[in-house]
Amino acid sequence: MSHWPLLSLVTFLPLVGAGFIMLARGDEAVVARNARNIALSTSLIVFALSIVLWIDFDPTTAAFQFVERARWITIGGVTISYHMGIDGISLFFVLLSTLLTVLCIAASWNSVHNQVGEYMVAFLVLETMMVGIFCALDFVLFYVFFEGVLVPMFLIIGVWGGTRRVYAAFKFFLFTLLGSVLSLLAILAVYFQTGSTDIEVALAHSFPADLQKWLFLAFFASFAVKVPMWPVHTWLPDAHVEAPTAGSVILAGVLLKMGGYGFVRFSLPMFPLASEYFTPMMFALSAIAVIYTSFVALAQTDMKKLIAYSSIAHMGFVTMGIFAVTSEAVQGAMIQMLSHGLVSAGLFLIVGVVYDRLHTRDIDRYGGLAERMPAYAFVFMCLMLASVGLPGTSGFVGEFLILLGTFRVSTLECFLAATALFLGAMYMLYLYRRVIFGTITREDLRGMLDLSPREKMVFAPLLILVLWMGVYPTSFLTPIRASVDNIVQRASAAQKVARAAASVIPAQAGTHLATAPQADQWVPAFAGNADRER
Amino acid sequence: MPTLALPVLSPALPEILLACGAMALLLIGVFRGEGSARLVSWLAVALLIAVLVVSGLFGGERRIGFYGMFVTDAFAVFMKALVLIGSAVSIILSLHYNEEGRIARFEFPVLILLATTGMMVMVSANDLITLYLGLELQSLALYVVASFDRDSVRSTEAGLKYFVLGALASGLLLYGASLIYGFAGTTSFAVLGELFGGGAKPSAGLIIGLVLVAIGLAFKVSAVPFHMWTPDVYEGAPTPVTAFFSVAPKIAAIALFVRFLIEPFGGLMIEWRQIIVFLSVASMVLGAVAAIAQTNIKRLMAYSSIGHVGYALIGLAVASPAGIRGILVYMAIYLFMNLGTWAVILCMRQNGQMLEGIADLSGLGRTQPGLALALGIFMFALAGIPPTAGFFGKLYIFLAAIDAHLVGLAVIGVVTSVVGAFYYLRIVKVMYFDEPLGSFDRPIAAELKWVLVVAAGLTMFFILLPDPIVGGAEAAAASLFAR
Repeated sequence: MSHWPLLSLVTFLPLVGAGFIMLARGDEAVVARNARNIALSTSLIVFALSIVLWIDFDPTTAAFQFVERARWITIGGVTISYHMGIDGISLFFVLLSTLLTVLCIAASWNSVHNQVGEYMVAFLVLETMMVGIFCALDFVLFYVFFEGVLVPMFLIIGVWGGTRRVYAAFKFFLFTLLGSVLSLLAILAVYFQTGSTDIEVALAHSFPADLQKWLFLAFFASFAVKVPMWPVHTWLPDAHVEAPTAGSVILAGVLLKMGGYGFVRFSLPMFPLASEYFTPMMFALSAIAVIYTSFVALAQTDMKKLIAYSSIAHMGFVTMGIFAVTSEAVQGAMIQMLSHGLVSAGLFLIVGVVYDRLHTRDIDRYGGLAERMPAYAFVFMCLMLASVGLPGTSGFVGEFLILLGTFRVSTLECFLAATALFLGAMYMLYLYRRVIFGTITREDLRGMLDLSPREKMVFAPLLILVLWMGVYPTSFLTPIRASVDNIVQRASAAQKVARAAASVIPAQAGTHLATAPQADQWVPAFAGNADRER
Repeated sequence: MPTLALPVLSPALPEILLACGAMALLLIGVFRGEGSARLVSWLAVALLIAVLVVSGLFGGERRIGFYGMFVTDAFAVFMKALVLIGSAVSIILSLHYNEEGRIARFEFPVLILLATTGMMVMVSANDLITLYLGLELQSLALYVVASFDRDSVRSTEAGLKYFVLGALASGLLLYGASLIYGFAGTTSFAVLGELFGGGAKPSAGLIIGLVLVAIGLAFKVSAVPFHMWTPDVYEGAPTPVTAFFSVAPKIAAIALFVRFLIEPFGGLMIEWRQIIVFLSVASMVLGAVAAIAQTNIKRLMAYSSIGHVGYALIGLAVASPAGIRGILVYMAIYLFMNLGTWAVILCMRQNGQMLEGIADLSGLGRTQPGLALALGIFMFALAGIPPTAGFFGKLYIFLAAIDAHLVGLAVIGVVTSVVGAFYYLRIVKVMYFDEPLGSFDRPIAAELKWVLVVAAGLTMFFILLPDPIVGGAEAAAASLFAR
């Protein structure tokens, strides 16, 4: 298999499917049926190919695998190449993207009626962009995918969205665009530092400490909007609420992960000193995100908005874990992102199920659904508990590892974040009680049908994965571990070197009060840079 | 006793060919009478392609003609190719429009050819006299084509406005040129270059002259604050003429601007860089902000072109080979994404009437998906969103800016591009998110369709094979700094 350009196939096969759909002619019903079939079969083939990636993946190395490289653009003697490859950090994001695309297409089978062909084309193009982001090993290529993903998502929200779709689509596009263009400038600066646009080269390069801070901030602008971190999260509730169900699934499932992926892939290994310098800021923003948005979620009356705010809280956990820079915390952040990708995707699909039947997302309009929809209530319960982080579900593994890793760095931060476990349980259980329990008081709820076989097929893989990840996380942690350990070790080594250098300088300058070794012991973590600048 | 030897004419062979061809076509038109517009137009296109081939065959080596007043090098060949393509496509775009509007006259392609001759002279100018000659030949032909729809008040108003303001700018430019001659004692770019390349201190009078010429050129490229004529002229002129204005003269004027500042006054970079930075920032900001409120798509495109000139000027402010390469790539990409957009605007015709409102595009995604897809591609490209070509145009410009540590300029550039994205997206929104109002006339004229398909294809698939344009731009930029 290794001779096949497997990554390129996984990335660009959806475009082939999209091309076929665009060629389809005939009356609307025929085109719609063909579009659905082509889209589903394409995405299933792509998913099967991505499973091969997992099987053939070598978990013992942190190096990039399935590497492909071809000359693309030459400027001034420097080659920008088409360079693709995955490691433990990107592997599962690729799988998550391909899986969720299949589920989205299946979930939209009957709920989308107008312009079905265009809808499916948009999702397949979106899949190409998502997979491309996680596979690209050249900055220009990465950026093309990173910004290109906005175009299909903009159209999905704007064409097939709810009543305020235009506002939401513009807000989503312009917020994220503003973030990404700043990271483009940082990418260009990296290029002039390293003399190459290759990501592998940049990861191995050590940047000057002053420059690191600027580059970190520029990348931060881009990734923080994507994650989204407080206070640049405001696009998310709008976009999630107005997007069609499948659009929300992709937004929550994959697009938010692009931010977390960016932090782990670029910010930590390339700018270890700046990461350390900005850790208090990242911790503060994460803690605010976790606590503040949990309270906001508690006050929501719209189901989608509630889940949207819970996403921000969960992603706050992720950013906290990443910047704790311990092996456990970063692994936990990775698991938490995967878990959130599955759970929030499932929860949006759950909302989509009742929305398709009753065309409202107002929590007050529901109640007592358990009576008429037992299967639905069961699926909802599993996902809800996973979101809360109950042991045995994927949510627990991620949160536990993050808290474990963060506790070693900052007990205060760990304490603040842990309150979210409690708050999360509050708003999720409260939501579940209002929608599922109680007695049916409204007439139209009595006619609600339980999950159809197609819907069960959509939820089955999500439930299996959520439980698998919760009960036996080793299957997922093993491929991730080598790459994460590599990043964490290199980042902490670079930070240690910088601290040692910082403590030597005052000693040389003739400071007699403290000897160098002692200084090394008591210099607080973030003082390193400040000392050096002086 | 010196005898009058014939000057070296061979570097100017493409221009001579074009000028003689234009005269021949004028004769053909006169003898064949009124019905010859289509024939003359196609012959003009063929002539432009022939000139393109001849100019390409010459290759990029640097050659001097007319006693040093005329120069051709890789930079000139690259820019002339863009100008020639822009003119040829504009003539093709005008065919259907002029016939429908009963203004199909053979003078139109001939005037475009004469303007193009002027532009080619501008690109190759190596002396202040040649510069002015080329500029005026171009401008006079343009004043006439702007008011070509002579029975329309809007068109004549546009022509008159363009003439008055253009004459003022030409006057300023000429005055600046005379000051430069007065204080430096020469009009030759080569001598000026040697003078200031050696570190000679410029006198205040010379700086004033330089600034005045820069103002005249800023007017021609419609950089803020000398842009006032642009929206009115773009709106009033017949649409194919506007399409022509937005590409060929702009590219020629940018080329002239670049050569004028880099070759003779490259040594005075510190003096003029701040002017270019200001023009660039002002153009980007105004282009982005003022376009938001527009409801007429031709006016919107006018502000869009102002914004794009701002981005191109970043490359000139950098003034390094990388910066000039950025300009060249940018102008090449700008050429085909802009021509494509104008081809779509020319398709906006309902019951024989041209429409210009942005709202008229409502629901185009449903009624004419192909046309909407093409315009969508052009809008995302103009906004600079990957994977379209427009992104690569911006990429090379910002690459040069970061290289030269003009980080502030680059940040303003990317932020205004986000603001600009708003109004390009608004067109996508109108086409795809809004309900259809009515559909445009069908079928689309065959030549428009071809222009659309080729332009959309180039914009979309530039990413697959960018090397020919980028490589050509690289060689062209290097030729400007070769001496």
